[in-house]
Amino acid sequence: MESCNCIEPQWPADELLMKYQYISDFFIALAYFSIPLELIYFVKKSAVFPYRWVLVQFGAFIVLCGATHLINLWTFSMHSRTVAIVMTTSKVLTAVVSCATALMLVHIIPDLLSVKTRELFLKNKAAELDREMGLIRTQEETGRHVRMLTHEIRSTLDRHTILKTTLVELGRTLALEECALWMPTRTGLELQLSYTLRQQNPVGYTVPIQLPVISQVFTSNHAVKISPNCPVARLRPLAGKYMPGEVVAVRVPLLHLSNFQINDWPELSTKRYALMVLMLPSDSARQWHVHELELVEVVADQVAVALSHAAILEESMRARDLLMDQNIALDVARREAETAIRARNDFLAVMNHEMRTPMHAIIALSSLLQETELTPEQRLMVETILKSSNLLATLINDVLDLSRLEDGSLQLQLGTFNLHAVFKEVLNLIKPIASVKKLLVALNLAPDLPEYAVGDEKRLMQTLLNVVGNAVKFTKEGNISITAFVAKSESLRDSRAPEFFPVPSDSHFYLRVQVKDSGSGISPQDIPKSFTKFAQNQSIATRNSNGSGLGLAICKRFVNLMEGHIWIESEGLGKGCTAIFIVKLGIPESLNESKLSFMPKMSGPQTNFTGLKVVVMDDNGVSRSVTKGLLVHLGCDVMTVGSSEECLRVVSQEHKVVFMDVGLPGMDGYDLAIHIHQKFTRRHERPLIVALTGNTDKVTKENCMRVGMDGVILKPVSLEKMRSVLLDLLEHRVLFEAI
Amino acid sequence: MDVGQMQRRLLDYTKSLFMEGVLDGQFLQLQQLQDESNPDFVVEVVSLFFEDSERLLNDLTRALDQPNVDFKTVDSHVHQWKGSSSSIGASRVKNGCIAFRNFCEEQNIEACLRCLQQVKQEYYLVKNKLETLFRMEQQIVAAGGSIPILELSF
Repeated sequence: MESCNCIEPQWPADELLMKYQYISDFFIALAYFSIPLELIYFVKKSAVFPYRWVLVQFGAFIVLCGATHLINLWTFSMHSRTVAIVMTTSKVLTAVVSCATALMLVHIIPDLLSVKTRELFLKNKAAELDREMGLIRTQEETGRHVRMLTHEIRSTLDRHTILKTTLVELGRTLALEECALWMPTRTGLELQLSYTLRQQNPVGYTVPIQLPVISQVFTSNHAVKISPNCPVARLRPLAGKYMPGEVVAVRVPLLHLSNFQINDWPELSTKRYALMVLMLPSDSARQWHVHELELVEVVADQVAVALSHAAILEESMRARDLLMDQNIALDVARREAETAIRARNDFLAVMNHEMRTPMHAIIALSSLLQETELTPEQRLMVETILKSSNLLATLINDVLDLSRLEDGSLQLQLGTFNLHAVFKEVLNLIKPIASVKKLLVALNLAPDLPEYAVGDEKRLMQTLLNVVGNAVKFTKEGNISITAFVAKSESLRDSRAPEFFPVPSDSHFYLRVQVKDSGSGISPQDIPKSFTKFAQNQSIATRNSNGSGLGLAICKRFVNLMEGHIWIESEGLGKGCTAIFIVKLGIPESLNESKLSFMPKMSGPQTNFTGLKVVVMDDNGVSRSVTKGLLVHLGCDVMTVGSSEECLRVVSQEHKVVFMDVGLPGMDGYDLAIHIHQKFTRRHERPLIVALTGNTDKVTKENCMRVGMDGVILKPVSLEKMRSVLLDLLEHRVLFEAI
Repeated sequence: MDVGQMQRRLLDYTKSLFMEGVLDGQFLQLQQLQDESNPDFVVEVVSLFFEDSERLLNDLTRALDQPNVDFKTVDSHVHQWKGSSSSIGASRVKNGCIAFRNFCEEQNIEACLRCLQQVKQEYYLVKNKLETLFRMEQQIVAAGGSIPILELSF
């Protein structure tokens, strides 16, 4: 045999076994070659696999293994040295790579494993989040339900609707079998079944409020699970055997208006609660979930609020209705009062006019009569008539005054007068009565009392007469003393009149008059009443006095008008009484005595207006002549004109007075007044402008004042009136006869 | 008839005028204004009144005769007449004028015409009476007496 470089196989070739080996090796190589291909294919498909290098290594390892097995195929038979070398090379390479791979795998496999755990972890997390999402969704559902319920409940302000709606909506939202509301009775000792969901007309079940289960619910502000067997939950007779569903009860606070103080939120221990009982459907195996309980609690609160709103609204509507009724009643009363006042004013106006007309006739004619030739007896009679009618006229004026005093429209008629004369006159008037009652009347005028003063003489005399008259009336025996002096500052502040702070000045002084009597006196508690209208002192001594108690009330008003104060002091019953009043009077500027006499004297001084130049404007010839005649009789030098233009032409600085007729048609008189004002800008050059009118309304008077007239006289003018008017006018440069 | 009798007759007559309401106090005022410096005051004024009244009467009759009565004019005339009559004391004339003015305001022509007739009647009455009065006074003066001052004793 030739020696070839062939390598003898270790074992002799056994044909069958060799064949099997051969095939296996072939397949192994195939597999080994295909695995990396598959790997590469699939890895290429998925972009995620991070270990490429490992893959390469692994692929190499497998390829080489495959190569080895492949080459092994040639070694079954005789093979050349090259094959052996290749075989060896490949085996060596394979060994290297496999060792390298094995080493590498030691690092890589833990990594791969941890990837797996991470994956598991993420899966768990995802499941958890899903669960939570589910929960949140449920909660949101609940929230929506609550909002919807609240909206339903709060959309009405009617109590019953609120409660009914609550039950209905709750029942719907939570799919309840039964829902009931127990309200406390008026006594507060029991709960009465008021509303149910399914039963239309709940029979009046009541349960005592002291049940432990109820107390338990009331003390907690959460929804409390209660047993289905307790009285509040047993609404329907148990029929058949079924498992009643779970029952939950919650308290509903009933708030009242009085619970809300301004800075004080209502405490929840406000005692009155209603009970709401909710039952899940029986046999449903449903359980109360937390979110459902929360829903119930929230709704209960909302119901409480809605109810209190409804209650508040009811109250306010009731109050509003009450107010409306009261308003109507007040309106009616006001209108009635106005009608009454108007009626009274009309009555007074008519009476005034009706009473004055005949009075005027009587006075005028009597005064004229006085001027004629009379025998002494006749003269006496006429004087008495005159005095009486003057008194009557004064009375009539008083009635008018009182009503005007009430209205506040009375104004004092100020003028200069002789103060001493006033006292003397009062004394004279009171002396006859006093002497009949054998009372001594003494008048004491202080030496510094001015002789003349400016004020309302008539009303001062009235006041004085009233006070002195009262003194005489209420004194059965003894004396009356009248003292008058000028009040100084210290004596002005009287402790009895703390709100009265008079301040004398240069042009004014305060006259203080004290009338002391020794009569029946007044008890201290009656003193304040004496100045109220019609309140008469009911003591025994006054039984024989008559007349209404108006006098002092009028006096007080007059004194107040004169910015003064009047009061009574008395030590008590039987100890006499002193009436004191202080009034403010003005100090006259010029004490020209001859001109100062404004008491309506019938046989007054024959004042002479000789040469006084006047203008008479009247478009009616007859009245023009009459007025002219009047003024001529009084001695004036009269120029007559028939129209305003003529008047304007004629009037000059020499004329002292312009008498103009202001009749209704046209506004000539007023225009003329304005023109005269324009013509004579300086006051002392301008003649006095006096209007003669037959209109007695205020509008005319106001119009005259507006255009700057100095006086208004009411037609018809008697001689006396004209005389006194001219006197007044020239004295004061202004005269506005009270119309 | 002697002066005394004439004077008494005058007084009675005057008194009757007052009682009937034909004249009122204003007339007495006029009489008062008559004195030595003004001896014919009353007669003058009354004559003025008569003239005025005649004129006004004509104007009124004409104004109310118009097809379209101008109530403003009528009113102003009546106002004038009221003024004059009240100045001399012819109270019935004055009252008639007052009523007349009310109807003028209402613009009631029928009533105005009626009023006019009435006032006219009153006016003629007072004119008549006053003329009689003056005649009596003249008789007394002619007989040498003085016109007596009215003594009122109602």
